[in-house]
Amino acid sequence: MSTLILYILVPVAIFLFIALFTLFAVYAERKIAGFVQDRLGPMETGKFGLLQTFADILKLIQKELITPAAADRILFALAPVVIFVAVFIGFCVVPWAPDFMPANVHTGLFFLMAVVSIDAIGILMAGWGSNNKYSLLGSIRAISQMISYELPVGLTLISAVMITQTLNLNDIAFNQGILAQQDIYLLGIWRVNEIGGFLSWHIFQAPHLLISYVIFFIATLAECNRAPFDIPEAESELIGGFHTEYGGIRFAFIFLAEYAMMFLVAMLGVVIFLGGWNTPLPNIGSLRLADWTTGLGWGIFWTLLKSLTIVAIQIWIRWTLPRFRADQLMTLCWKILIPLAFVCMAISGLWRILILV
Amino acid sequence: MLVKTTIQGLLTALKGLTLTIKHLFNAGTARKTKDIKNPAYFEEQQGVTTVQFPKEKMPIPEVARYQLDVEIDDCIVCDLCAKACPVDCIAIEAVKSPEAIGKTSDGSVKRLYAAQFDIDMAKCMYCGLCTVVCPTECITMTNQYDKSTRKLTDLIYGFAEMSDQEIAQRKEEWTKFQADKEAAKSK
Repeated sequence: MSTLILYILVPVAIFLFIALFTLFAVYAERKIAGFVQDRLGPMETGKFGLLQTFADILKLIQKELITPAAADRILFALAPVVIFVAVFIGFCVVPWAPDFMPANVHTGLFFLMAVVSIDAIGILMAGWGSNNKYSLLGSIRAISQMISYELPVGLTLISAVMITQTLNLNDIAFNQGILAQQDIYLLGIWRVNEIGGFLSWHIFQAPHLLISYVIFFIATLAECNRAPFDIPEAESELIGGFHTEYGGIRFAFIFLAEYAMMFLVAMLGVVIFLGGWNTPLPNIGSLRLADWTTGLGWGIFWTLLKSLTIVAIQIWIRWTLPRFRADQLMTLCWKILIPLAFVCMAISGLWRILILV
Repeated sequence: MLVKTTIQGLLTALKGLTLTIKHLFNAGTARKTKDIKNPAYFEEQQGVTTVQFPKEKMPIPEVARYQLDVEIDDCIVCDLCAKACPVDCIAIEAVKSPEAIGKTSDGSVKRLYAAQFDIDMAKCMYCGLCTVVCPTECITMTNQYDKSTRKLTDLIYGFAEMSDQEIAQRKEEWTKFQADKEAAKSK
């Protein structure tokens, strides 16, 4: 019985977290956008506009659900659910703290990649079901983009997995800090099991993973359909892309999925490359900083801190770089990111054979 | 070639990112001078430019040309402004008077009552042609510009001061005067 309640509570908790995160992230996004452009952002609703996003969501919940007359009703109604659920399920295998995750799955990383790919189907459903040329164009662009960018993401993850030798995200996070169950080496030379801290993160364990991480970051940015890769949404040319026809709670769910995806990829990058819930503070002699800042609460704190920093960088990039053209987007993916990711993968193989033995 | 473009792309992206983050961190302060007449106005390039309108206002010159205002006591109801208006936002109805009513401040003789003098500010396009043609300079542009309202009809500004009763009385006077004149002629 208690396990049943736990099974219900965990998704509710994750959903609440996603909802709260979205409210916070939208506010942060609008504020950062304002500050970058020498404006103030929302200021009127509540002190410093703090209640703005709550007012937004209240408005969206109240609104009528409108289905266009020519739309495919089933696909149209189902699409937001598919889009959101695809991202939502992704959260179930990502660890928040040592052994603290919804499901400890041995093939966690593979599962996550597989489930998140379903997102593309949801977007195609939304675009096709809307029966609107802009929506369809947007969703076609989204599909081509998401499928292309799945490759560099997959390749960079493979290059990391070749070092970790496991697909279990919990184990991957464990092996990047003082709780590691196997020997870990900074740059493959210096054993850092005792020292921990940022020195034991994957990007420092094998330096080519830093390049992998940059590729991963750029590719996941495209996977979330965020600027500068937001050609599926492209407000100025496609109105809103695949979600043009959506309103009310359905639109809220598409929006929720977009922000949940941002956080999910940020968290995935953190877990695989940036040490997950491991503290960035190393043990220095008798100053046991790493020991002191490891644990359940600290783990959640570090995961949140690192992931939110990455999300902040995503937002910062959105308000800096202009949108890519479709051909530039594909050039970047197929001619630059994928070859680089292959090189990183090859280096990973050599690293495994020659240095880690 | 590929390496070169990649490096160039990353460098330019970095350049843009440093630029935006500078602005992000400068957003803590607002620009102090709001008056463009201040000589230091263009030297302040850092900080937030937003003027939170109803709470704070941009200084505007005293002779700014925004909303129209009519000094109805100086109006001779010549209807020239209504004729000059390109968007027909001025509606005037005149009632004739048997004798001169009085004089405006510049000495023109008033012979008409202004029963109606409405300006629809929603239509007004601020060209200022009415102020140019006005012979007594009673219609002017003022430095008032905030005209937010909840009702569209609130934007129709009425400048006539006569009550319905008064209008009816003046009309009656005029018809009586006309009738008397007709009667005198036919005698």
